[in-house]
Amino acid sequence: MSTAEIEQLWRREAPRVLGALVHRYGDFHRAEDAMQDALVAASVQWPRDGVPDDPGAWLIRAASRRLIDRLRSDDARARREEAVVAREPAGSLIAPAADEPGPSGDDTLTVLLLCCHPALTPPSQVALTLRAVGGLTTAEIARAFLVPEATMAQRISRAKQAIREAGARFRPPPGGELPERMRVVLHVLYLIFNEGYTATGGTDLHRPALAAEAIRLTRMAYALLPDDDEVAGLLALMLLTDARSAARTRPDGLLVPLAEQDRGRWDAGRIAEGVALLTGALSRGPAGPYQVQAAIAAVHAEAPSSAETDWPQIAALYRVLERLAPAPTVTLNRAVAVAMADGPQAGLALVATLADDPRMARHHRLHAVLAHLLESAGDRAGAREEYLRAARLTLSVPEQRYLTERADRL
Amino acid sequence: MKYLMLIYTNPRNWGHPAFLHSEDAVTLPAAEREALARQLDELITEIDGSGELLAVQALADPGLTRTIRVRDGATLSTDGPFIEAKEQMAGAFVLDVATPERAAEIAARIPEARFTAVELRPIMDPSGQEM
Repeated sequence: MSTAEIEQLWRREAPRVLGALVHRYGDFHRAEDAMQDALVAASVQWPRDGVPDDPGAWLIRAASRRLIDRLRSDDARARREEAVVAREPAGSLIAPAADEPGPSGDDTLTVLLLCCHPALTPPSQVALTLRAVGGLTTAEIARAFLVPEATMAQRISRAKQAIREAGARFRPPPGGELPERMRVVLHVLYLIFNEGYTATGGTDLHRPALAAEAIRLTRMAYALLPDDDEVAGLLALMLLTDARSAARTRPDGLLVPLAEQDRGRWDAGRIAEGVALLTGALSRGPAGPYQVQAAIAAVHAEAPSSAETDWPQIAALYRVLERLAPAPTVTLNRAVAVAMADGPQAGLALVATLADDPRMARHHRLHAVLAHLLESAGDRAGAREEYLRAARLTLSVPEQRYLTERADRL
Repeated sequence: MKYLMLIYTNPRNWGHPAFLHSEDAVTLPAAEREALARQLDELITEIDGSGELLAVQALADPGLTRTIRVRDGATLSTDGPFIEAKEQMAGAFVLDVATPERAAEIAARIPEARFTAVELRPIMDPSGQEM
């Protein structure tokens, strides 16, 4: 087994291991540390001695030993051990054993919900989810978010402390809270995907791995909650978006807009899987925002070219999204679709309604869209001016290069 | 989003922390000066703990600045800052915050914001979305 395969294996086991530990010992902070120690031990021993028959059980045993060592070496040993015992219902002390496969699915979901606890800020939720559920090292997470490792370590440790202070116990939230808590989980997974999906200049290989990790974790959530249509919708949205990744950047790192992408390089397997998921979810009831966004991505995915895209359908879907989750960026996207369906003047009229929105005043996307619409309307001077204004306002290096290139063509 | 937060000051004598040496702060009562120092201390503890603080450096006396220019292949070095101004940069933070509003909130709690100014410059990102 290769090192990469071994790594995949223990990362797949990580949330189950952590779930079992927290379930038994009730201390998320220490359990998480112990699991990281066990993963480090596995990274040394498995390549040398071979992978154990039941890797999950091996990790649980190794982490339990370390956790117990730490609990014992603690000054407040007796008090802690009593607390651990008192917290456990008597029955759970005898069964199941830590290395028996327990109700691991429920535990994994509880770990995920705990990492996305509402007491944490979104960046902390993201970092903790990637470490505790994704099994990534602090160094890997820090590299993916372009921050120093010490900062990320601080962010994770602070997040664990905040969970403890919030008094969060390791148990599933009450039924009534579950839908709201799942919305937070989905948002965190969406943030991780977006961070990974943003195309890079081609030198940084870490961020695309983040998109793959988000898809893996969302697949896991979907396996645990197959009846939650927004989980299915989010997974479909990720698959349909990620299907475009090979066509999204030029070899020199410059971004290729959707209209100019070589659709032959889109991943047909991902598209088929995304469409199937979405079709299943949409057939069951009213669609949430992720399903609507996935539906928009699916309309793009099924079109042989930008010109042959069903733009009226996309404009209608953005209208639905505007009602479900109103935001100026959604209106802006609708303007693009309306322009494609009914001509640039119709799009420009819709963009004009955003001109006074203070949230958009210094937003480069507004000017980039204006530039595209003015260009299609034949106003070359106006388009050039808006491209350059958008280029000045964007914080993204590849977007700036793209916008400047468009301006130079006019 | 990431910001470079630049702290400007107008010191009577250069010293660290810079705000205690500014023309306005040297005349403040001791209790108020201590409160300002505590305000900065608390802010740094908070943003370090939350993971929002990526780096912070205080700068030495502007008089120690050397400005380097290369003209026609020859390197010219002069003593003193590029811009001769009454206000000088005293230090810089690198922040990673969730929103621009949060960056502005942090900047407002830097003591220099009261006497001179704190500047927030967004940092360019090497990645982007297809448009």
